[in-house]
Amino acid sequence: MRKLHQLITACAVGAITLTGSALAADAAKEPTGKQLAFDRSKGNCLACHGMPTQPDAESTGTYGPPLIAMSARYPDKAKLRAQIWDAMAFNPATTMPPFGKHQVMTEQEIDKVTDFIYGL
Amino acid sequence: MKQKIITNLLAGMAGLGIALGAATAHATPEADRQDLIKYYTEKYPNIKIDDYVYGALAFDADSKSQYDAIMEFPPYESDIDKGRKMWETPFKNGKTYADCLPNGGKQIAGNFPMFDDAKGKVVTLQMAINACRTANGEEAYKESDMKTMGLLTAYMRTLSDGMLMNVKVEGPKAMAAYEDGKRTFFSRAGQLNFACSSCHVQNAGNRLRSELISPAIGQAVHWPVFRGGDNLFTLQRRYEGCFKSVRAISAPQGSEQLNNLEYFHSSISNGLPMKASVFRK
Ligand code: HEC
Ligand code: HEC
Repeated sequence: MRKLHQLITACAVGAITLTGSALAADAAKEPTGKQLAFDRSKGNCLACHGMPTQPDAESTGTYGPPLIAMSARYPDKAKLRAQIWDAMAFNPATTMPPFGKHQVMTEQEIDKVTDFIYGL
Repeated sequence: MKQKIITNLLAGMAGLGIALGAATAHATPEADRQDLIKYYTEKYPNIKIDDYVYGALAFDADSKSQYDAIMEFPPYESDIDKGRKMWETPFKNGKTYADCLPNGGKQIAGNFPMFDDAKGKVVTLQMAINACRTANGEEAYKESDMKTMGLLTAYMRTLSDGMLMNVKVEGPKAMAAYEDGKRTFFSRAGQLNFACSSCHVQNAGNRLRSELISPAIGQAVHWPVFRGGDNLFTLQRRYEGCFKSVRAISAPQGSEQLNNLEYFHSSISNGLPMKASVFRK
């Protein structure tokens, strides 16, 4: 049963690479801002921040404050982006990683994460 | 140059309060230790420093009672037994580790790492064990080899259970090695830009995901640990793991950088009791 499942998945993947254009395949893989924020190898924001409005934000850490009501607290979205790009610019002793400055995420990925966080 | 590094450190530590920052300039190791104790006890007045030997468990009664239950019948006892056989088996020349180490190897682990003035460098317990081996015509063990050095120390260190950590930093050369270890501890590293202190000082008692973070004091007294009950980790293997988790490249186990780090890191646990081979998640 398990085997069959894997086979089907493999075929599906094969079909995409064989038939779809490179562009279409990429579009299918493009992660959303939320996915990037949750991904442990990208934003991994949940390691440190709760997100009280997101029911699927589970076992979140307590290094940083819960991320909530962000558009009210950051009327200037650029400032929110700057915090994510390099938190040390605002607090030299911060323990939040400099996601942009140290290229943990690309500029586009940070844009997407900022949009997602802004909506919290 | 040195002053520059210290100033940078101070800037990085600004959020931590003056006590710890000031310690970074010209403090004695004992003053550093007292400053750290002050920092932790002000933040967590209900937790006794003596309980910091339990690491993160000191912050979580449930996990601590699970730990106590596991420690009644440790799942790694057969590994300690292997280590005991290694310890008791004589070298080819008939001599033993006990013949070669001070006090027969008993109640000595808390004196390590020590600064060897003749060699001009920090000597860890593992280095002393290897010196014993080579002096008796045996090959040195690789310090990162858990099947030899790891198992041997898992038993050997039990001979020091209850001894109080007693690391001494005397003289300018020893002080330089201590300062070097301290610099490693407080310096940010890796793509994720953490210092050891970012987690184990600033965030001790906080959660990273679901992982409770242990304070730096008390971390050095209970090695090796068996993670998950059977995966042996020496202290420097743990350092390596923490470096990797922040996407930094760790210096190798047994390198001068990690030995100096262990020197500083052990001295801040001075006065706490040793306990070899405990369970960790
Ligand atoms: C390892 C810990 C850690 C991670 C991972 C982390 N942060 Fe933070 N974050 C903090 C800390 C600590 C603060 C508190 C302010 C400071 O020190 O910069 C903070 C503050 C913030 C703030 C300001 C909050 C406020 O109330 O003003 C925002 C916004 C933020 N983080 C967003 C993010 C996003 C988005 C991610 C993931 C892409 C993320 N953080 C990942 C630790 C972290
Ligand atoms: C990003 C966070 C982070 C950083 C930075 C970090 N550690 Fe850790 N460390 C952890 C976590 C999580 C654990 C497992 C939970 C615990 O015991 O604290 C841990 C565990 C440890 C332990 C084992 C404690 C025990 O009793 O089992 C030691 C020792 C340790 N770290 C030392 C260091 C040193 C030295 C550095 C710097 C080279 C460092 N850590 C950097 C997160 C970190």
